[in-house]
Amino acid sequence: MSRIAAKFADLKKQGRGALIPFVEAWDPDQETSTRLLLGMPGAGADLIEIGMPFTDPMADGPIVQAAGKRALAAGVKVRFILDMVRTFRAQDQTTPLVLMGYLNPILSYGPEKFCVDAAKAGVDGMIIVDLPPEESDLILPFTNANGLDFIRLVAPTTDDARLPHVLNGSSGFIYYVAITGITGTRSASSAQLSEAIPRIRRVTDLPIAIGFGVRSPAQAAEASRVADAAVVASALIDTMAHSLDASGKALPGTVEKILDQVRALAAGVRGQPA
Amino acid sequence: MNHPMTPPPAGINSLRTGPNERGRFGEYGGRFVAETLMPLILEVERAYNEAKVDPAFQADLQKHLTHYVGRPSPLWFAERLTAHLGGAKVYFKRDELNHTGSHKANNCMGQILLARRMGKTRIIAETGAGQHGVATATMCALFGLPCTVYMGATDVERQKPNVFRMKLLGAEVIPVTSGAATLKDAMNEALRDWVANVHDTYYLIGTVAGPHPYPMMVRDFQSVIGEEAKVQMMEAEGRLPDVAVACIGGGSNAMGLFHPFLDDASVRLIGVEAGGHGIETGEHAASLTGGRPGVLHGNRTYLLQDEDGQITEAHSISAGLDYPGIGPEHSWLHDIGRVEYVSATDKEALVAFQLCTRTEGIIPALEPAHALAYVSKLAPTMSKDQIILMNLCGRGDKDIFAVADHLGTAL
Repeated sequence: MSRIAAKFADLKKQGRGALIPFVEAWDPDQETSTRLLLGMPGAGADLIEIGMPFTDPMADGPIVQAAGKRALAAGVKVRFILDMVRTFRAQDQTTPLVLMGYLNPILSYGPEKFCVDAAKAGVDGMIIVDLPPEESDLILPFTNANGLDFIRLVAPTTDDARLPHVLNGSSGFIYYVAITGITGTRSASSAQLSEAIPRIRRVTDLPIAIGFGVRSPAQAAEASRVADAAVVASALIDTMAHSLDASGKALPGTVEKILDQVRALAAGVRGQPA
Repeated sequence: MNHPMTPPPAGINSLRTGPNERGRFGEYGGRFVAETLMPLILEVERAYNEAKVDPAFQADLQKHLTHYVGRPSPLWFAERLTAHLGGAKVYFKRDELNHTGSHKANNCMGQILLARRMGKTRIIAETGAGQHGVATATMCALFGLPCTVYMGATDVERQKPNVFRMKLLGAEVIPVTSGAATLKDAMNEALRDWVANVHDTYYLIGTVAGPHPYPMMVRDFQSVIGEEAKVQMMEAEGRLPDVAVACIGGGSNAMGLFHPFLDDASVRLIGVEAGGHGIETGEHAASLTGGRPGVLHGNRTYLLQDEDGQITEAHSISAGLDYPGIGPEHSWLHDIGRVEYVSATDKEALVAFQLCTRTEGIIPALEPAHALAYVSKLAPTMSKDQIILMNLCGRGDKDIFAVADHLGTAL
């Protein structure tokens, strides 16, 4: 069983959904983002998404764009992200890690070599934002051959006729993009979520995570209840952005501040009072 | 390098049949967009395929191109320029005489009619030099549709007259400050707007790039340039030109000129990319000369990028060519060798800009000034009975302030 499947099976036994916090690799530098990544399981992260910075993140709002810019300025490369994963795996063998990014840096690295190296480093799954099912044969043979889950996005615009096509070849979990929009902007309403998630459930047994617009512990609790997991990204990066000094460098309390926020989100997902 | 090609029979050996059903020209093109946009891209494709074969749509387009855009544009024998260069005869396809002053009107008219047919009620566009933005704002004014144009803040600064024109036409112009604040960043922001407004918005892409079906659709709407030129050339000279030349940013005017000539093996096709400060300096916008294949803005194509797949900034004096990618069909035509791609620097374009103005009384846009820069090198090497056809795709009124600045003249 893959790490992702094992994690969701375990949480099902516990009767709760998962919290999936996001960390942009090398935002604002290698050391800070690595410490943040290493601290997340202890703060209550069930799975972790690692953002792979790209110069032109067309699905991301200003908050994630700025994070990517800081990371690129710090000198992040694809191979350094895999180094971060190796560092994490040296101390944690159970928390699933999912890489989320855009296609071009992976193409440039070489799709097959990337999947081989990512699997070896300890990556469990991949989300490639600009790779719809129509184009995923570029990567799918290599994720499959290396035991990596290929996590697809489903959007509010994905209608019932298209849904089976999107799910075909998906593994790990389904990432439901809760709004028609970019990251860090709006949130879906409860009514929208309770209409959308059963629609996907009817055609897949895979766990469903909700992302885009999940910011507060209450929203995370709701998302993990309506679906199986809540992805929180922009809200954490926002905290990062506001805890840096004027030159964009991390301050002594930066990592702890974000981990406190992860703790609060985790409490929400666990149904504990904030 | 001239390719030894026997004229292919119509059908499968034609170079004009692309893209395939996946939107690919060879290995280039495709549909690399987020899932949120994917259903919409498919809807645009379906709607366009239906419109293309609908005689009523074609008649409506024809009517608007004739009576509003002002087609056909003339073919002009540039006699004084030819004498000055002392070689091949140079003809201009005068697409700068279109309404709004560039070839962009051809595509905007086609797409706005499609958007109306699809029932879309809001139009967005990206623009570099502002020519596409102005053309889009114009068509939106004509049809009474709200229009939002994304434009890099750098370009807003260097193309002030066009920004004002767009505003006069009723468009909202949003300056984009991310990245180098030029065309690439404007396109990112337009895509973000589209994702957030899929229910009512049509994204009117200005060049032969983006996800399928845009490269095909924009090419089809621009092919009127080459179709007309072919007929006009036969009327003027009784034969096809020896060489056809066009400038390339994303490549829409070049694709429009070249496509009808692709199967005419006797016609050399030459695309001129923006060499900026010179290819060797790294500060240029020549994706084919200085880039390698990758994925950006929905399609696989040649891109300026670093060794880690991060997109690098383009540079050109011309805001319309200042883009780190190129339409996917050009990438394919480059690989198979049917079209030759060369470059002209900022300085060479400035010299050509002045040459055209003084010998022909035509102030060209800085974009086709790049094409002319190459023509002025090529023509003297050819014999006087040979013919060069160049697409003069835009007029230079918008550029006079920037040119004055470069020439050290205070206005």
